[in-house]
Amino acid sequence: MEHILSILIFFPAFAAIMGLLVRKDAIKVYGITVTAIEFVLTCVMWYGFDTSSGGMQFAEFAPLITKYGISYSVGIDGISLFLIIMTTFVTMISLIGLSETRDLKNLIIAILFLEVAMVGVFVALDAIIFYVFWEFSLVPMLYIIGAWGGPKKIYASVKFFLYTFAGSLVMLIGMLYIAHTFAQTTGRWSFNLMEWYMLPLDFNTQLWLFVAFFFGFAIKVPMVPFHTWLPYAHGQAPTVGSVILAAILLKMGTYGFIRFSLPLFPDAAVAFMIPMAILAIIAIVYTAMVAYAQEDIKQVIAYSSVSHMGVIILGIFALNVEGIGGSIFLMISHGIVSGALFMLVGVIYDRKHTKMMNQFGGLAKVMPMYAVIFGIMLMASVGLPLTIGFVGEFLSLLGFFAVSPILTAVAGLTIIFGAVYMLVLYKRTFFGPVTHEENLKLKDLNKREYAALIPLVLLVVYLGVHPKPILNPVDKSVKLLVQIMDIRAETTKAKEMIAKVNTIGEKK
Amino acid sequence: MITPFQADFASLNIATIAPMSVAILGALVILCIDLFTKHVDKHLYVVLTILFLMVDLGAVLSFGGPVRGFFDVMLVDGISVLGQAIIVVASGLFIFLSLSKQRFHEYSYPEYFALFLFMTAGFQFMTASDSLILIFVGLETASMSLYTLIAMHNSNKATEAAIKYFTMGALAAGFFAFGSMIFYYLTGSVELSVIAQHLSTLDTQSNFIMLVGVVFMIGALGFKLSLVPFHFWAPDVYQGSSASMAGYIAFVPKMAALIVAIRFFEIFISAHNVWVHGILYFIAIITMTLPNLIALVQTDIKRMLAYSSISHAGFVLVAILVGTSQSIEALFIYWIVFSFIIIGAFAMLWLHRTKEKPSFYGFTTDYQFEKFTGLIHASPLSAVLLAILMLGLAGVPPFSLFWGKMFLINATLAHGETLLAIIMILNSSIAAFYYLKLIVVMFFKERDNKRMVEYADMGSLMLQVIIAVAITFAVTAIFWLDGVMDFVSIAVRSSGY
Repeated sequence: MEHILSILIFFPAFAAIMGLLVRKDAIKVYGITVTAIEFVLTCVMWYGFDTSSGGMQFAEFAPLITKYGISYSVGIDGISLFLIIMTTFVTMISLIGLSETRDLKNLIIAILFLEVAMVGVFVALDAIIFYVFWEFSLVPMLYIIGAWGGPKKIYASVKFFLYTFAGSLVMLIGMLYIAHTFAQTTGRWSFNLMEWYMLPLDFNTQLWLFVAFFFGFAIKVPMVPFHTWLPYAHGQAPTVGSVILAAILLKMGTYGFIRFSLPLFPDAAVAFMIPMAILAIIAIVYTAMVAYAQEDIKQVIAYSSVSHMGVIILGIFALNVEGIGGSIFLMISHGIVSGALFMLVGVIYDRKHTKMMNQFGGLAKVMPMYAVIFGIMLMASVGLPLTIGFVGEFLSLLGFFAVSPILTAVAGLTIIFGAVYMLVLYKRTFFGPVTHEENLKLKDLNKREYAALIPLVLLVVYLGVHPKPILNPVDKSVKLLVQIMDIRAETTKAKEMIAKVNTIGEKK
Repeated sequence: MITPFQADFASLNIATIAPMSVAILGALVILCIDLFTKHVDKHLYVVLTILFLMVDLGAVLSFGGPVRGFFDVMLVDGISVLGQAIIVVASGLFIFLSLSKQRFHEYSYPEYFALFLFMTAGFQFMTASDSLILIFVGLETASMSLYTLIAMHNSNKATEAAIKYFTMGALAAGFFAFGSMIFYYLTGSVELSVIAQHLSTLDTQSNFIMLVGVVFMIGALGFKLSLVPFHFWAPDVYQGSSASMAGYIAFVPKMAALIVAIRFFEIFISAHNVWVHGILYFIAIITMTLPNLIALVQTDIKRMLAYSSISHAGFVLVAILVGTSQSIEALFIYWIVFSFIIIGAFAMLWLHRTKEKPSFYGFTTDYQFEKFTGLIHASPLSAVLLAILMLGLAGVPPFSLFWGKMFLINATLAHGETLLAIIMILNSSIAAFYYLKLIVVMFFKERDNKRMVEYADMGSLMLQVIIAVAITFAVTAIFWLDGVMDFVSIAVRSSGY
């Protein structure tokens, strides 16, 4: 178990290179096998994970560039544990549901490399290693969107790449600046996150660094006003690209906020609490309205993603255990739900080669099982109680209630707006008479699609009823995180604020 | 009456010129072999050249004596050893590229290889001296050979390129001579160390004559480094010369010129001369930015790489401008990691040189972007390798140039030049766009059935080996950088920077 994290990172990389030798007709089986093994490995990791401790586990360390303190340093805690499991799970499911046939070999090898980068981001504890994986994840995604995308694929993929690349370069400046400050304070260089947690930073520096990191993370999340690349990327990407993008890549941004911005710059986080919340609320309300106006089913889900990411940001910047814990749960649930929704859109697109709502209607008669699963996922996306979507959303909003009840009330509109655009989508697509004759011939789900979707449905219901297996370890690590924030906070204002918001359940 | 001059032989410190002597001797040997034989295959000369370069490298690396020689004219300090090693290794890798499948006019002449060795020796002399006269002689030896080598490609474009390069180079040489003269007038010496001592006694902040001298030197070095506004030759010369030669021009002469620039500008940077600092600051920013914008609209890959290499020169100029030992180290790291990418990229272009004229496929230039349309279907491996190189040039981790950029930006930030660091970042993201253009063409566009370009026409085994070596080093940079950094650090700090 000692090297489980390295195995998790390098097994898909090795498999991707070996995949070059596999014949084309067997590559899909190969891909599914590899991702399934990877998923089993993450489950083994979960089994070996000590849920009673909130600290870093399975840590590994090997110096790479000693002069500047860059090292291969990895480890996981309760925050990253489930993100990794979700990553490998969704990657596996997306390969099972894969219906693409062009250049399948290239696609599967690209996805395996993408898995390397995604797992790497969530386990890295060294800023430079984090950055390397973070940037490297752009390359396979660029290829997936650009090579298998829709008509405007080139514009979409290049925009995706340049936007995120530019943002993360600004973040790199921030990282180098922290390392430089570390070198001035302690006399040696270090990019190790755990050591950075012990570095005092004054308030003004924190503000600037927060902004630098903000560019990197906010573009990835994406937060309004940096969200414009996302509808294009989703609109043009093939189904598997959309699934991975929405389910995992976006979570890298919010994970970055939790791993870097909060513990490293607690004072700045407190200072930016309300501005970030306002950006999040703009995202929630504005993109929900935009989603309502879309004709394309995929675009509705893409915009609803931005809206839900707003709730996650809101939860994170509640700065209390409930908010952050809830946002992590919401990350996982949104990963599962949006992945499933994009896959469902892919199902219909494979049959009809269009994603426009006005081309459908009355599908519930023709494809009953499809309509049932779509309905369950839709309810989860809206946040119906007893589905997975409810728990995270509720906790995030509860967390922010301690900060500002009024803003929370506005953010709570997300549930109403979400219900509006989703139900309208459902009504226009599934109910009413069958308006297009040719739709009568559409076939219901096949075995491959069941295999991909049924596990997701089970998870949605199970974790909605019983979220404890995830919430417990998350809670432990988040408590530790809030402690670190409290200890590192320089100003009394920040300390008071952190203490104030962390009183949920104590007031009687 | 002139008194007879006497000097102890040992005081000459002959070891300082041993490496260059090897290269010159090699050139003479090649010429002699040509005298006695007829129609010998090029392979003999290529192998001989490589052997002499290996001995040369051995002499460079085993150098250990006093750093001064020949009455203080030679100066073989740490950065000189480092620079010579980089020059010799890169030259060796580039000469391998002449072992291509197609026959080329220039390689049938043994003089080509003799000139190549003379040129290497010239660049080595440039790095191994702080006397402006010897630097000048080294510069001219190398440049003269280089002009001829370009012209030997024997096409109209190549002749045009050689003449353009020669004319501009002659002007730059004039600038260099004039600049040296001004410093001789001011200080009575042509040795940089003596000049530095003298200048420290003068009021250099507003010495008009000295500034004129600096401007002339910037003109001369700027030409070699292709700094804006002395860069106009670069795109035409790159396009006119063969891909392997273009890669050479993009890398080796700049290494030599960079070392001269480090030695020269260090005098003014360490004296905190605001004028020189200001000029360099301005040139660095404009050299990073302007060619980047021009490169966006290029339709030929070689011209795009030409503009991008100008921009890279702007990046390393920042290191000289910052002038801390950390930044000089970063400069060498940058240039070392850059070497593998640039060799790989130009070797890939060289590999894909087609026998037919570009007009055969309806292209206007040899390396038009459209030529590589849908390469992923025609030749997947070379498409992937070329993509890695392009991403490497763009500075995407984990490929090698990312580390160069990172250490450079790190050194810039550590010196408090945040604005420069941000400009470097912005330029990196602009540059990513035009590198992506090639990837887009190769991966995302379907092959045009009317234009079935024959790829990899030049695919000889040696060419593939060179590309494999370059890519391997470019991809695994993280693992070997630690050792290289120690070596660079010792070399730079031992020479007092």
